[in-house]
Amino acid sequence: MCDQTFVAATFGPCECCEKASPLMNIYIKAEAINYCSFCVEVMACAGLTAGESVASLKKESETLKKKLEEERGKLSDIELNQVAEKVEVLGALAIKTRRVLKGHGNKVLCMDWCKDKRRIVSSSQDGKVIVWDAFTLNKEHGLNLPCTWVMACAYAPSGCAVACGGLDNKCSVFPLSLDKNENLNAKKKSVAMHTNYVSGCTFTSSDMQLLTSSGDGTCALWDVESGQLLQSFHGHTADVLSLDLAPSETGNTFVSGGSDRKSNIWDMRSGQNVQSFESHESDINCVKYYPSGDAFASASDDATCRFFDLRADREVAVYQKDSVIFGASTLDFSLSGRLLFAGYNDYTINVWDVLKGTRASILFGHENRVSRVRVSPDGTALCSASWDNTLRIWS
Amino acid sequence: MTINTMAKGGWHRDQMSCFRKMEKVIVAMQDPDMGMKMRNQRLLITVIPHAMTGRDIIDWLMKKYNICEEESLHISGLLVKYGYIYPLKEPRSLVLRPDESPYRFQTPYFWTSTRWPASELDYAIYLAKKNIRKQGELMEYEKERYSVLHKRINHTWDFVVMQAREQLRASKQRRKADRIVLECQEQAYWLINRPPPGARNVLDMGLERPNNTARVTLNSEHYKNEIDTCKRALGRNRVKSSICLEGFMKYSEQYQNHDPIMQGCLPSNPWISDDSAHWTINLETVPTPTRLRVERWSFSFMELLNDEMGRREFMTYLEKEFSGENLAFWQACEDIKHGESSKIVEKVEEIYRNFLAPGAPRWVNIDSKTMDKTLLGIRHPHRFVMEDAQMHIYFLIKKDSYPRYLKSDLYKNMLAKGIVPQETKKSVFPFMRRQRHSSPSPAQVATQATEEGGNTKGAGQAGTNSAAGSNV
Repeated sequence: MCDQTFVAATFGPCECCEKASPLMNIYIKAEAINYCSFCVEVMACAGLTAGESVASLKKESETLKKKLEEERGKLSDIELNQVAEKVEVLGALAIKTRRVLKGHGNKVLCMDWCKDKRRIVSSSQDGKVIVWDAFTLNKEHGLNLPCTWVMACAYAPSGCAVACGGLDNKCSVFPLSLDKNENLNAKKKSVAMHTNYVSGCTFTSSDMQLLTSSGDGTCALWDVESGQLLQSFHGHTADVLSLDLAPSETGNTFVSGGSDRKSNIWDMRSGQNVQSFESHESDINCVKYYPSGDAFASASDDATCRFFDLRADREVAVYQKDSVIFGASTLDFSLSGRLLFAGYNDYTINVWDVLKGTRASILFGHENRVSRVRVSPDGTALCSASWDNTLRIWS
Repeated sequence: MTINTMAKGGWHRDQMSCFRKMEKVIVAMQDPDMGMKMRNQRLLITVIPHAMTGRDIIDWLMKKYNICEEESLHISGLLVKYGYIYPLKEPRSLVLRPDESPYRFQTPYFWTSTRWPASELDYAIYLAKKNIRKQGELMEYEKERYSVLHKRINHTWDFVVMQAREQLRASKQRRKADRIVLECQEQAYWLINRPPPGARNVLDMGLERPNNTARVTLNSEHYKNEIDTCKRALGRNRVKSSICLEGFMKYSEQYQNHDPIMQGCLPSNPWISDDSAHWTINLETVPTPTRLRVERWSFSFMELLNDEMGRREFMTYLEKEFSGENLAFWQACEDIKHGESSKIVEKVEEIYRNFLAPGAPRWVNIDSKTMDKTLLGIRHPHRFVMEDAQMHIYFLIKKDSYPRYLKSDLYKNMLAKGIVPQETKKSVFPFMRRQRHSSPSPAQVATQATEEGGNTKGAGQAGTNSAAGSNV
């Protein structure tokens, strides 16, 4: 009661909420504002200036977004499948399973290739992380994380370490040692610390920096050695489910996609959101750059994959088919960028012709959801990880 | 069945759209004009109306979606797994057989989307009914679950038993055909919602994502940020679609021969032939690179830099032109940008000493404005302090030295000498598998190298040992 007592010289309708109440005489930049005490409190706490409210800001944001869509449409003078008419039709693809990696006791959630083109790290729901030589099917290292649902794992560019994280809200780096007596857990470095689960991680061009995405709605760049947060990226309004580094020569951007249906391009140096796309109808599960770095594709629960051109700043293709009912959870491009491999929740992998927009092939084999597909660094094979506890190499 | 209020909070968003789509397919199948032809099926001595064969389902799907038989079999298999169609013969096996086996549509009352999550109470009533009907002859796992439920919801047990008895009595008044149908429907529903141990739970959706609750508070600061982002985005330079899309055509065309999945690779794809020759001839340390590899260096400056051998060759060329310091400078700046935070200060100092200081041994030629800015920045070194200078030098090399390198004799000779491996003839006995050679792990190579006191190079040092690889 006490904090509400003030000298009220006037009584009348508040300029903000329009209720009749004692008005506080406030001056902002020499202008008199006649608000009731409640609205003054709200204004002070929310950092607003006169005439603003959360609702008005939201409206302004939405008008700007509409204007942005109009601007984007102005330069779209032709569609991708029209341009692609003169491209040769793809021949039949003879892609088959060449290896089946068995060894996980539970759903395999994530995998990554090593730069040596044959080694793989994979992580599963029961906290196990295994490093394999996929060519010989040898298991080289095994790690036991104390948490379950290890959703993110990545191989370091040097091939000497792996990073993994999940429900423990952390992402840790494990140097790989060949000493059989050494417990890999001993040299573990806890690098990333989020307030919710870690959904994706990747090293930048060296072993020293780690980029992570998390269910707390943010992405972050960390220094591996010190565990220091170098930059954080805010802008998503829901869980961030996936990220990918740009292969561009200036190497400073990455794309992220999340449950808010948005995919954002970020500048790693400033932390700013440079571009944003919102055309999916459901959660975006995976994002991946086109090999040239001028575009990226995203896979979503709405059963479509979409292709976004960064220079034209718009969506240029949608890969969908009536018979594809289940959501896509992962995707990757072939080396030339002509093929797009997408793994779905109906246990299949659909191969799309990126330029023509049609489906080139469908790969059967897994007995449960495909959680991750990745093309090897030299493009010779595709690896898929699935909830049926196995990984398959296709070629 | 008791009235079940759908717990929307526990509902997974992605599933709703999947189920709705499956239901559309089912509804289309039952369309009187375009839908499936259904007929009466004999099941032992009773005639069940409105049934169809597995073969019919597959054919209908193939026609409707213009897909191959394998895919049609897969989709119809999913429809059965999720309970929209159930088998009449062998009702416990939820598999779609592409023959004359009879199937029926599940009634919408039992659709997974209508009645999810299935309630404990309903399951208890179902088990109680079965128990009474079969006079205690339940399956093992059902007996276990029954007793667990009995303990858990003991307080409503009278209700459960009463409901079970009432439902059984009501069903006795139905025709036999209807009764069988209802039993099948109910059994199919429970096979999916309470799968027997060992059977896969198709309704396992993984980690739950929050349902419409924003992880981030949507306050004024958030909207202000959005407004800023939009304003910046509006000011962006956009390129015409026709130009951008042409870019993709060209890229794909250029790289097509280099894409092993599309064009194959020489001598053979290691994963198919079990021969790792392809990797051996593309190592960083081979004396002569393959022609494809050298060709790739001409696609873009980045390709040349990304290949260690390419970078070395280019450096040799630059040294001849007395501009090698540019590339060395660029590499040193990259090292700062992506290296350890603790070494930034010393690395910046080293760069200054070697490349920027007046009279430095490897002085790089940067325009005065950038030089001034950089020198100012060096006083407070941070990760990106060299960025402007680095960009300047990078574009300098890219526009000037790189094109000249591609026209130079050094490059042309390399290209001409480049190996074009012979395609491995498919072996005469294809079922005799080659031994898969293992390779040393990059981690092992790195530790050996540090032991020997050299610089640790990156991965890609895979060599072939004669050690036979074993399959685990």
